[in-house]
Amino acid sequence: MNTLVKSLYGLRDWVDSRYPLMKTWNEHLAKYYAPKNFNFWYFFGGLALLVLVIQIVTGIWLTMNYKPSADMAFASVEYIMRDVDWGWLIRYMHSSGASFFFIVVYLHMYRAMLYGSYKKPRELLWIFGMLIYLTLMAEAFFGYLLPWGQMSYWGAQVIISLFGAIPFIGDELALFIRGDFVVSDVTLNRFFSFHVIAIPLVICGLVAAHIISLHEVGSNNPDGVEIKANKDANGVPLDGIPFHPYYTVKDMVGAVVFLILFCAVVFFAPEMGGYFLEHANFVPADPLKTPEHIAPVWYFTPFYAILRAIPDKLGGVVAMGLSTTIFFLLPWLDRSPVKSIRYRGWKYRSWLAAFTVSFIALGWLGMQVATPAYTWLARFFSVVYFLFFLLMPFYTSNDNDKPVPERVTS
Amino acid sequence: MMLRNFLLVTGLLFSASAMSAGGGIELMHADTNLSDKSSLQRGARTFVNYCLSCHSAAYMRYNRIGADLDIGDDVLKSNLMFGTDKTGNTMTIAMQKNAAEQYFGGAVPPDLSVTARSRGLDWLYTYLMTFYRDSKRPFGVNNLAFKDVGMPHVLWELQGWQRPVYEEEQHEDGSVTKKIVGLEMETKGSQSEKEYERTVRDLVNFMDYIAEPIKLKRQKVGFWAIFYLLIILLPIVYLLKKEYWKDVH
Repeated sequence: MNTLVKSLYGLRDWVDSRYPLMKTWNEHLAKYYAPKNFNFWYFFGGLALLVLVIQIVTGIWLTMNYKPSADMAFASVEYIMRDVDWGWLIRYMHSSGASFFFIVVYLHMYRAMLYGSYKKPRELLWIFGMLIYLTLMAEAFFGYLLPWGQMSYWGAQVIISLFGAIPFIGDELALFIRGDFVVSDVTLNRFFSFHVIAIPLVICGLVAAHIISLHEVGSNNPDGVEIKANKDANGVPLDGIPFHPYYTVKDMVGAVVFLILFCAVVFFAPEMGGYFLEHANFVPADPLKTPEHIAPVWYFTPFYAILRAIPDKLGGVVAMGLSTTIFFLLPWLDRSPVKSIRYRGWKYRSWLAAFTVSFIALGWLGMQVATPAYTWLARFFSVVYFLFFLLMPFYTSNDNDKPVPERVTS
Repeated sequence: MMLRNFLLVTGLLFSASAMSAGGGIELMHADTNLSDKSSLQRGARTFVNYCLSCHSAAYMRYNRIGADLDIGDDVLKSNLMFGTDKTGNTMTIAMQKNAAEQYFGGAVPPDLSVTARSRGLDWLYTYLMTFYRDSKRPFGVNNLAFKDVGMPHVLWELQGWQRPVYEEEQHEDGSVTKKIVGLEMETKGSQSEKEYERTVRDLVNFMDYIAEPIKLKRQKVGFWAIFYLLIILLPIVYLLKKEYWKDVH
């Protein structure tokens, strides 16, 4: 062994006797045993982490040139787009990254619903994940005000005014959030602060908790079989393989495929036909001119459709709040002894299909101008959406589930 | 020619989506081509001559136009720059906001830097094609794409004047209202209809360019980024994965 390698080992041992370097490496990578039968759906956790890194890095560089003031915000974004070297790329990666974050996180959550990943013993893992999702929504909301376009401004105005629907303290609370009687420079400054430091700190902390609890209980898999139930003489799960190198190399393939799709949007369709960057947001914020049609970005539209479906403002706000938080209860609403959809009966399969259709339909309806016909459709799908959760204890407890195998199938 | 234009606009008004929400008409196709540099150069000339006195493009620098459209500093200064002689300056105007408010009855002409991205190219094209005479409006003109627009028809010398063609509409209660079903040329302009269409197309093309000067380059960079990921990196990581996973059964 040559001296360089020797001294590197020496350095490692020096650190290792003062910090659990190898212990951490082994616990989370080299000796973390993951089920060998992960499929397509298991790429999205790692991809969410990749997008988080993209958002943080591009965000740091955007912050170097962005001006969080009502007078200069819009112009500073155009300055980044035109005069900052590669500023257009950094900005488009960040704006597309926001939408990709939600695509990846929705697919990641849907995976948990397909394979019962929230069920015992992974309830806390699921709760950490849900907390990440809620803080991510806050992060997106705060960030969307920053370009200071018409949709930024009026979207924020609408969402903050929702707090006004809360009895007694509503108006005071809305005022407290805005820091002014209308969305203004003051609001922009505090949203900037939340967007670049407060919320990202919370997200990173929650991501750490999410991963630590995952590695404590071990990963679920498409069969919903606990691989820790069958171990060899050394205590290694028979159906497990070390995360590193097996899943690090596999996730690299997923990451490259993801980056190809990501680049296709960033370089060829950064506006994504008005879904990722809304057309109205290329008009600077004007407090005196309300746009004809205010719609949130696509990732909030299912919940926005539920809000509009309810004729009463407070009722709508409560329903919208419930529609995003009811997921927390999934581990306890689901009474099935079976985790994976592969071995579930027709009842859960049908309800999950109905929920999927409702979520997509509500997402579409939330982008449209509300006509009476659309409002009734939104009401219908909102009912289906909530029944999926509320009836779950009943239809999962007497479903015609199939027998679950002892070991994972490949 | 006149007939063709008339039929074109008539067709727009009668088509299915003509009565869609917002009262908008179906848009004509701008059909622009960003990689056509001479079109962009002609558009730049129209823009500085006809738009840039009331509208600014305050995020766009002259020297960027020069570099992107292959226009040398001398030509740039003598043909495109009237408000400044520093090529690093942006396309600002001398008109003050409060003065503009007085001229245009309260509406300040918006900055046009990114208008192509908020309105869309087809809308801009349709807007610039469908000014018509309307004696009820302060400047004597109205517009099919922008009802009761506050802007005069600055390109009238080129296009000429169009007047609306009305059709009477009988309602169930017996009342009759007049509805615009098309536009016809009243007074010819200095350009033929074909020439004017090209002028507007070039202008819209230029506005598309100033709305996002990096557009052409980003697609070129994107091609190489995806080429590298797809042709080089993807096979490498795929083979690496296959090699490692050989012993997983």
